Amino acid sequence: MDDPRSTPIRVLIAKPGLDGHDRGAKVLARGLRDEGFEVIYTGLRQTPEMIVDAAEQEDVDVIGMSILSGAHMALLPRVVELSRSRGMDDVLIAAGGIIPDADVAKLKASGISEVFGPGTSIGQIAGYFREHARRRA
Amino acid sequence: MADLPDLLRGAVAGERLPLARLLTAIENDAPGLRELLPELFAAGRGGHLVGITGPPGSGKSTLVNALTDEWRRRERRVGIVAVDPSSPYTGGAIMGDRIRMMGHAADRDVFMRSMASRGELGGIAAATWMAAAALDAAGYDPILIETVGAGQSEVEIARLAETTVVVEVPEMGDEVQAIKAGLLEVADLLVVNKGDRPGADLAARHLRAMLSTAGGRVTRKPPPIMVTAAISGDGVAALVDAIDAHRSAARSAEAVQRRAGHQLQRALAELAIRRAARDPAWEATLQSVADRELDPFTAAERLLPEDR
Repeated sequence: MDDPRSTPIRVLIAKPGLDGHDRGAKVLARGLRDEGFEVIYTGLRQTPEMIVDAAEQEDVDVIGMSILSGAHMALLPRVVELSRSRGMDDVLIAAGGIIPDADVAKLKASGISEVFGPGTSIGQIAGYFREHARRRA
Repeated sequence: MADLPDLLRGAVAGERLPLARLLTAIENDAPGLRELLPELFAAGRGGHLVGITGPPGSGKSTLVNALTDEWRRRERRVGIVAVDPSSPYTGGAIMGDRIRMMGHAADRDVFMRSMASRGELGGIAAATWMAAAALDAAGYDPILIETVGAGQSEVEIARLAETTVVVEVPEMGDEVQAIKAGLLEVADLLVVNKGDRPGADLAARHLRAMLSTAGGRVTRKPPPIMVTAAISGDGVAALVDAIDAHRSAARSAEAVQRRAGHQLQRALAELAIRRAARDPAWEATLQSVADRELDPFTAAERLLPEDR
């Protein structure tokens, strides 16, 4: 029972906003599964409220959002804000997608811990989550 | 993280994050959980525990969503535990049951938790009954447990749930499938979902014919067989009526005792395993079985001697 694998890291993968392209999110969900994560996939067209509601009920360690629509500045900081207001201070929140460098800095300042651009490998993302997700007692 | 009794108090008071964190502690068998069990059990409010099982792709998640719609119309607070399989190789899992539940995402009176089976066979996770107890303490009623896609013999859910709903599809197979032992036998309610497809009524008739002729040592009454189309909602209100109506039968003294017996057996097995695994002779005994010097039953007897 003390095998670290008996308490896998729980990750919510969500697609905020209106873009309907979830190939990347699904590939990532599958890849993280193979890295030993428990992945909750919420599907498309999620509002920040829906994402945070799901993250709360699922008590995930990580929220990962894939966004390609360009609405990242409107949606992602809102997820951070709502999470923090619900007491989820220790949940790692990360994003991936097509996001201009100038916005990456702003997102990080808003509390998004990392932004993964095109070309990032699943191994890099898994490694980052393992290193930065909270540890459970 | 707050300590476990605090989480339980928060959950009982209707707060969602403490309930979610209590569920995590249950899944992870966190330190202190054992000590919390008497309190957790005592905090139960008698919510109706309903199992939803059936083969992969039979529409369990969609049906759970449709049932939730209907119970919400009836102003019931619905708790859901959806179990999906863990990879036997990596321990990882993908849980997609929320995709079908988006309509309830903002509803504060629906609480849904995805749970990976974490190596447990039988279609539910080892911690599922405790998770159900936590949702019960938080005042959800009914509490739905959606199993992993079950084939023919994953009948564990029927030992836990008060009411077991088995979901099949019109293409379930010929009459021989309907007379096989296992999953179909444990249904309190049998549902042919995807009822808008051709053959649904025929499949329901086959099931009805086969199950109604059960005899011999079968003392159970054949279950009602219902046809639903979860996407359109057809037949769902009738199914909710039938589930609610089954509640009193599920609480007969006999049924309560049968479930208690199964739970006690499970707890005993788990306790025995934990104690034996702490025995200094565990490793050597395990090796003897691996070397075929000892059969598994004799080995188990040595780890659990009678005079202990």
